[in-house]
Amino acid sequence: MSGIAGKAVGQKQEKGLKGIRDTGLEEARLHAFLAHAWQTPKGLYGWLVTVDHKLIGRRYMVTAFLFLVLAGLSALAMRFQLATPEAGHIGPDFYNQLFTMHGTTMMFLFAVPIMEAFAIYLVPLMIGTRNVAFPRLNAFSYWVYLSGGLMIWIAFAFDTGADAGWFSYVPVAGPEYGIGKRPDFWAQMVTYTEVSALAVAVEIIATVFKQRAPGMTLDRIPLYVWSVLIMAFVILFAMPAVMVSSTMLILDRLVGTKFFDPAAGGDVLLWQHLFWFFGHPEVYIIFIPATGFVSAILPTFVRRPVFGYLGIVLSLIAIGLLSFGLWVHHMFATGLPQLGESFFTASSMMIAIPSGIQIFCWIAAIWGGRPIFATPMLFVLGFIFTFVIGGLTGVMVASVPLDLQVHDTYFVVAHLHYVLIGGAVFPLLGAVYYWFPKITGRMLSERLGRWNFWLVFIGFNLTFFPMHILGLQGMPRRVYTYPPASGWGEMNLFVSVSSLVVFAGFALFFLNVLLSLRGGSIAGDNPWGASTLEWATTSPPPSYDFSRLPVVRHREPLWDEPDTLPVVEGLRVDAREVLASTVADAVPQLRQPSAGNSIWPLLSAIAVGGAFLGSIYTPWAVVWGAIPVSISFICWFWPKGEPEDEE
Amino acid sequence: MVTMAMALFHRRRARAGHPPLRIDNHRERRFGRAVVGATASTVLILAALTLTSFFAGRSVASLSGTATLTVRITGHQWWWEIRYPGDNPSRMIVTANEIHVPVGEPVKIKLDSPDVIHSFWVPALGGKRDLIPGRPSELTLIADKPGVYRGQCAEFCGYQHAHMAITVIAESREAFDMWRSRQDAAAAAPVGDEERRGQQAFLSTGCALCHTVRGTPANGTIGPDLTHLASRRALAADTLAMTPGALAAWIADPQSTKPGAKMPRVALSADDLNAVATYLGSLE
Repeated sequence: MSGIAGKAVGQKQEKGLKGIRDTGLEEARLHAFLAHAWQTPKGLYGWLVTVDHKLIGRRYMVTAFLFLVLAGLSALAMRFQLATPEAGHIGPDFYNQLFTMHGTTMMFLFAVPIMEAFAIYLVPLMIGTRNVAFPRLNAFSYWVYLSGGLMIWIAFAFDTGADAGWFSYVPVAGPEYGIGKRPDFWAQMVTYTEVSALAVAVEIIATVFKQRAPGMTLDRIPLYVWSVLIMAFVILFAMPAVMVSSTMLILDRLVGTKFFDPAAGGDVLLWQHLFWFFGHPEVYIIFIPATGFVSAILPTFVRRPVFGYLGIVLSLIAIGLLSFGLWVHHMFATGLPQLGESFFTASSMMIAIPSGIQIFCWIAAIWGGRPIFATPMLFVLGFIFTFVIGGLTGVMVASVPLDLQVHDTYFVVAHLHYVLIGGAVFPLLGAVYYWFPKITGRMLSERLGRWNFWLVFIGFNLTFFPMHILGLQGMPRRVYTYPPASGWGEMNLFVSVSSLVVFAGFALFFLNVLLSLRGGSIAGDNPWGASTLEWATTSPPPSYDFSRLPVVRHREPLWDEPDTLPVVEGLRVDAREVLASTVADAVPQLRQPSAGNSIWPLLSAIAVGGAFLGSIYTPWAVVWGAIPVSISFICWFWPKGEPEDEE
Repeated sequence: MVTMAMALFHRRRARAGHPPLRIDNHRERRFGRAVVGATASTVLILAALTLTSFFAGRSVASLSGTATLTVRITGHQWWWEIRYPGDNPSRMIVTANEIHVPVGEPVKIKLDSPDVIHSFWVPALGGKRDLIPGRPSELTLIADKPGVYRGQCAEFCGYQHAHMAITVIAESREAFDMWRSRQDAAAAAPVGDEERRGQQAFLSTGCALCHTVRGTPANGTIGPDLTHLASRRALAADTLAMTPGALAAWIADPQSTKPGAKMPRVALSADDLNAVATYLGSLE
């Protein structure tokens, strides 16, 4: 065992070990060696082969935000149509595609991937390692995600956009009523993004369990890392349900199986159970890391550690577990036995308890600290305010009698946007303002940031609060128009106009990012005076993240030891190597080689993507597609003839 | 939220990079007690809400079993087929998109769907219930006050989900019985040349393949029963009001008012069109 904390160990190094070690190496040479070992080649080829978690994470972020723009524009188009009763701007055919693409993109192509993006970028930095576990799988996951997203939007451009809702209930999406190839594109897009999400989940779990810096015991893991760890477990258990159901759907449509055909003994409710068994945890896949953002940002801006670390960790775990026991509250109107419904009412109410504990802990931290109203903090406060409203309406829809009234109305549209925008996008924007300096080395403009926050916050509430009232007045969801006699016209017009304010707020956000990329003030390593390890390295971090891996002796390492951080010695610098440590106590175990750049993840993703795409048209694509997939996987995993882990 | 606002303005502000605060253990314990207290009260409130919800659900459920009238509703893309089973199977009333119920009496609604999932929902009369292919279900409604209640499909069901409304008319028992006996009768025979010409055209141009008019050879079952079309308040699942002009416009080109609807455009001469509209307008 060579990588134990402290400098003393370095001296114990025996001679004759393979490779050049960082022990006693002077800084300049250390950097030169590491930069060479961890480099990404220049040019297009380098762009295609890189396995650097920061480059891939950044790529994920940019792609996810582009999908956000597309989904946002489709929302604007819908608001244009709904601004007046019986408007004729957009017909039902296009409108159904729009709301389906909006929901599908927001959930599958924006919300989950953007959370994964931050996790991929931040987790190795926050736990003090040099790359994620399985770096090539990481590259593969991005390419698969990108091809799935492109595929469904290109299909949309050719008027084959999915149009059965982001939930694609059968029989509307089934073989008899689904229109053309639209539901097939939807189903396969889901399969693509699930493959990539599962890959990322596996990476995160392995990275957090096995690659933490020495001394980062379970109770010193930053709360954000806890949150993405739990997100990864929820992905791991929830996503297979939707993969199974989307595969069953495409089998029904393509091969003629009868999973969902009641006439042949199938069951349409089976789809709903499978879909919501994934669909409800999905919400928490988005929400849990967002609370992690809050727990990371808040301490920095109240200048004290978060209150109730253990309580928050246990709440996160409880939310993760409970999220699997709620799915039926999407199905109260299907006529299930009353006792069953009551069970799911109780469990839906119960999940408010751990969410509440987190909020109380954050309030206690604000109370006990000295708040600094920087933009990230504004978003956190906006989050708490909005999420409390969303949580209250959530408790309302958990109750069966109330839910039967507001289910599938604009009340639920309002509720879900309060919890998803308020509960996840606000912390996300806060996170962008908070970590942008780390990622790019430049600060975002605070002045634009404030405008950005207030426009989005006020515009959001003006847009979505009236929807509660529309829902209570009886306006159903997913309608492309409504009769003038309904009296919903004025409020819909108000909502549509308000949505322009949100749009302006987001436009300002993107403007701020673009301007600050070039002209933002230089950030320095730790501009906010934060406490976690990612702020110990330079901004932006070098390709190898840390020149020497840190040793952690405190939950807030940079506050506890602000001037000098103890480091590990004894790692190779002429080859990619990370430190594997024990799961609970983070005692170093092995020096483990970390995979280098490779073109095969991209080629494998193309092979896999081709097979998925082909299977929309013929089941034989799965058979013939297996050949290039196998070849690319064999090349990817070709043994290198080198010993793997070393003591 | 109030607590949060207080927390924000209570505290002195700091600047970025300000050294982290020292933690005062005594105060931390106080915070701990506050968080535990707040959590405990959340638990109590939620438990109370859950119980309330449970008993409310039970009282709603206890309505069934006392119903004096049964109505069968079948959801179609994008209209509601409505049947009132009588004592004698041949005396079943079949109508569409409009239910009449006696005020103050529990009515059992039996729901099913042969195509996709729809959801029956009349907001002023109570919660919704899905119509799921292969899974018939039922619910019980009471209209406490006479009146006209609008309802609408609540589960996304395709192109014209937005135009799939249903009207519930709650009226006194006498009015209801009168309505029912009128609906029981066969269609009015055409009076005058125009109406006769309309019936001819109706029967010969394909309308009768999908629609039934009791008392005539028209016995199609794909579209709504038109025997008493003109007694209804609206057309095409509350897409248009029942006026002669709207009726003619609807027959002339259903796809422009309700794109995607299953009713095709039937080629009719202008005269035939007017005659058909007149004939259908006479079916009270």
